[in-house]
Amino acid sequence: MAKTLLLGNEAVARGLYEAGVRFVSAYPGTPSTEITETAVKFDEIYCEWAPNEKVAFEAAFGASLAGARSFCAMKHVGLNVASDPLYTASYIGSNAGLVCAVADDPGMHSSQNEQDSRRHAMASKVPMLEPCDSTECRDYAALAYEISEMFDTPVLLRLSTRISHSRSPVELHERKELALKDYEKNVTKNVMMPAMARIAHKKVEERLIKLKEYAETSGINRVEWGDRKLGIIAAGSSYAYAKEALGENASYLKLGMVNPLPVELIKDFASKVERLIVVEELDDIIESHCLKHGIKVEGKSLFPFEGEFSQSVIKKAVLGISPSYNELPHPVVGRPPMLCSGCPHRGLFYALRGLNLYVSGDIGCYSLGAQAPLSMLDSVLCMGASISGLHGFNTVRGSEQAKKSVAVIGDSTFIHSGITGLIDISYNQGLSTVIVLDNSITGMTGHQNNPANGLTIKGDPTAAVDLEALAKAIGFRRIRVVDPYDVAETKKTVMEELEAPEPSLIIARRPCALLKNVKHSAPLKVDRDKCVGCRQCLNVGCPALSRKDKKALIDPNQCLGCGICAYACKPGAIVKEG
Amino acid sequence: MAVKNILIVGVGGQGTLLASKIMGRVYLEQGFDVKVSEVHGMSQRGGSVVTYVRYGDKVWSPVIDKGEADIIISFEQLESARWLSYLKPGGVLISSTQKLDPAPVIMGQAEYPKDILDEILSLGIKVVSLPADELAEKAGSTRSANIVLLGASAKSQDIPKEVWLEAIKASVPPKTLEANLRAFELGFGA
Repeated sequence: MAKTLLLGNEAVARGLYEAGVRFVSAYPGTPSTEITETAVKFDEIYCEWAPNEKVAFEAAFGASLAGARSFCAMKHVGLNVASDPLYTASYIGSNAGLVCAVADDPGMHSSQNEQDSRRHAMASKVPMLEPCDSTECRDYAALAYEISEMFDTPVLLRLSTRISHSRSPVELHERKELALKDYEKNVTKNVMMPAMARIAHKKVEERLIKLKEYAETSGINRVEWGDRKLGIIAAGSSYAYAKEALGENASYLKLGMVNPLPVELIKDFASKVERLIVVEELDDIIESHCLKHGIKVEGKSLFPFEGEFSQSVIKKAVLGISPSYNELPHPVVGRPPMLCSGCPHRGLFYALRGLNLYVSGDIGCYSLGAQAPLSMLDSVLCMGASISGLHGFNTVRGSEQAKKSVAVIGDSTFIHSGITGLIDISYNQGLSTVIVLDNSITGMTGHQNNPANGLTIKGDPTAAVDLEALAKAIGFRRIRVVDPYDVAETKKTVMEELEAPEPSLIIARRPCALLKNVKHSAPLKVDRDKCVGCRQCLNVGCPALSRKDKKALIDPNQCLGCGICAYACKPGAIVKEG
Repeated sequence: MAVKNILIVGVGGQGTLLASKIMGRVYLEQGFDVKVSEVHGMSQRGGSVVTYVRYGDKVWSPVIDKGEADIIISFEQLESARWLSYLKPGGVLISSTQKLDPAPVIMGQAEYPKDILDEILSLGIKVVSLPADELAEKAGSTRSANIVLLGASAKSQDIPKEVWLEAIKASVPPKTLEANLRAFELGFGA
């Protein structure tokens, strides 16, 4: 059968389809997002964007209990949010198969930390599979359902940026259509209160022993013999890098299941090779497991705990070989990502300039506001922490500090976990000013609809969260809406709300400039007679602006006419075309 | 066949992903194993972006390391300089002459380096340079510079032109097809 090039994420979605999955709930997060975006194209699968990963996991749990093979997806930090249901779902198990994909981001291409999700699998005592290419993404997604139902457990499917975002050939199979399994009320199994949970925990430990047996014998962990002078234990992307680097010059124990890990299989492999090396990105989990069982291996003495590996990393660490290449004899000026031209966030940040504020930041495109020339953010922690973090900051530093600080958070992040922070401020009589950057979309992950924009994952109209009414219901009395393209008005509003002796919510509302249905003004141009070359316009940090012959220049192909640079231009040299 | 490595580099938003997708399709149809590794998310916001395309009898790793690329296709001069070290000794750099100022240059903290491609040539590296942005405009769509560069790279590869044209037809929206086919021809002839 013909093969198709699929992203790892697309292949996972294909696996869900073929395994008869009916329910998918997810919150977007790079590098996991395209799983759900692909799954929604299959009419047989109900798909939704959930407000956050905890909700997505719980919804999938409910659907599994109801008898449908169910799925949720998230990035590594999303699993922290969903860890609460995960750890107890481990006790309850599954009715129809329940699988959660979690995509790690070694090298932090798009993340705020580099945590290793295998630790969640170990701590929650559930099996975790890790594919090494798109075909395995499809195969393991489907296999995860068999394991889930065979062992009565949720199953984690671990991906990483290079697996999720690499295309490789996949042979497509037919879907296996499955009837809903029966649901029977079973309080002992499904209601986790102390008396039942004590029984359930015992079962979890017994299950783990059976899963270890599966890891030893099922064939998901396999030995590939090459030269026996060198043995490599690896999974996922690390396995792919090792095969590329060492080829037939090593033997491999390729792990498809990374929790629980086999013992006898590793011992046997170790006894048949001269030198044994564990290749694993991030933490030393396989290595520690080997050491715990008295198996002599090398690992983190050769490899770092941080960053992405590659074939070169392995060649250098194992063989001591470095590549030769040409290089310019000087450094090349960097090109950091920046806010797009016409981005409404730029107007808001520019309005905050000069107010000398503490700005509590959050996760999204507007995290880029931390970078020069805007340099507006003081802190970024995790989803929603801008609001709750600001509340703590202002509480210990007093009411005068509250007049000199704001939180900035996007609409999707606000829905995800900003609402509870807002309640914290209101309930505990805080004074903080919170700004929601409402661009009507989940931006950074590539334009997903969300509960605040009134559109479902399929783009169908639905109920939209009314942010103003929500804030009012929470107890906020001062709620203002501004257009961030109107920098002067935005600045004035922020100053008024900072002075107010009570908490305020400002909604800076304008859709993302990249949305297809957004109309733009004509490009602006520089009146070179008026331009004094002061560079003030360049401080808005817009990719459409540059300098030529000591004067500002606007690229008409990039300019969307938002006018923020015109606001910054004191001589009034930036004008409309014509 | 030993694995061939093609690095596609540019600035987020220039269309590097579509170019790599079309290439992957072409090599798969030629019966090769293929891996194409893309960049999504944060780096796409006007930052430096790289896509790895690898094909051969069996491809294990999705990434290309320093000194491994047979061809670098670069959408922008400064990016040619940035990724140059990924070129295999004896490899070819196919570079657009387009220049896009990065943030430090826009803000006046750094100068855009002069005569980058000449400097690369002076290292003894084989460089094919073409004004992909201007040719794209000539083809009828400023957004088709990616297909111009694809055309330029196809010229040096041993795969029939029709295969490329078919892959473009299968990958671009119908209303942009004519401009993209013209863009390919302009790149192929450059």
